[in-house]
Amino acid sequence: MKYVLFGSACVVLVLGFILGSSYYKGQQDDKYGFLAQKNADLFVRDHSPTLGSDDAKVFIVEFMDPACETCAAFAPFMKQAMAANPGKIKLVIRYAPFHDGADNFVKILEAARMQGKYWETLDLMFKTQNIWASHHDYQPERLWEVLPRAGLDIARIKTDMHSPAIAKIIEQDMADVKTLNVQKTPGYFVNGRPLQQFGYRQLAQLIQSELDVQYPPTR
Amino acid sequence: MSQIDQAAKTNWTLLFLGWLLVSLSATISIFFSSVLEYEPCVLCWYQRICLFPMIFILGAGLFPTFDKSVIKYALPLSIAGGLTAFYHTLLYAGIIPENIQPCSKGVSCTEKYFELFGFVSIPMLSFFAFSTIIALLFILKRRTSK
Repeated sequence: MKYVLFGSACVVLVLGFILGSSYYKGQQDDKYGFLAQKNADLFVRDHSPTLGSDDAKVFIVEFMDPACETCAAFAPFMKQAMAANPGKIKLVIRYAPFHDGADNFVKILEAARMQGKYWETLDLMFKTQNIWASHHDYQPERLWEVLPRAGLDIARIKTDMHSPAIAKIIEQDMADVKTLNVQKTPGYFVNGRPLQQFGYRQLAQLIQSELDVQYPPTR
Repeated sequence: MSQIDQAAKTNWTLLFLGWLLVSLSATISIFFSSVLEYEPCVLCWYQRICLFPMIFILGAGLFPTFDKSVIKYALPLSIAGGLTAFYHTLLYAGIIPENIQPCSKGVSCTEKYFELFGFVSIPMLSFFAFSTIIALLFILKRRTSK
């Protein structure tokens, strides 16, 4: 009797946890799906850099930070996903510089955009990240050393990065981070659906499921 | 004879209820951190350190029959957890100023994640759970020392 009571209490707790999780995740999906329809601005602002065809129906919104290691690790994955589905995916970059000082790197990146070298700079920043941001030990001086490789005018970046327009972009993105409850970077939304379980495989599945909806496979 | 049996049964039931409360609290705590993704602050971790082992200590004390030595082992944990929860509750309520607390990195211990009925906070829930366990253990201590 005791054992049965104890055992069933354990089962109830575990089941409650599992049911609670799946209920919550279902609700999140609905909520963000609703937000994406009602308020697309929340996911893609006018100022947001985008990559990919304008006709693409699958929007991958990535909340990232140029100094975040996992964001750098996901960059090749994203390139591959886009190359595998030409014209179907549009990548939207949003900023979520959570760590102190990380916003400076966003400012540098945005200043590079003013010189029309956004994607090259982002690529370079990710590739050299271990030099200037190894384990969140930020060394901006070292970034200045590598940046000329992207063909940037460093002196201009140093003045442009303090422009109020850039500060405003970060402010807006951080406000959306709060609304969308992004807690970690990179944070992904595929057509408004949040990536619930983090991982390459999970993200690939989420992207594929949206691709299947938007571009039904033909036999 | 049957009176002793009855007393033993009540002891078992009381301990079982305590175990249930501890397990439920731990489940909710894990639900908050891994499903709702509320990141636990430093003080929360200290309370978790006290809470999680009690699942196994109280659980072990239930079998094969009620073992009163469980009180001795569980009391220090529950008191330490209870004190931390008390401190955390005061901090959260603003009665102790925040700048003297140890969590400057990561999540602030006064970060508001969730408030049941508008005032029941997570530290308060923790304090409630620990005080109930402490009370239960003291009741069992009295019942068994007779």
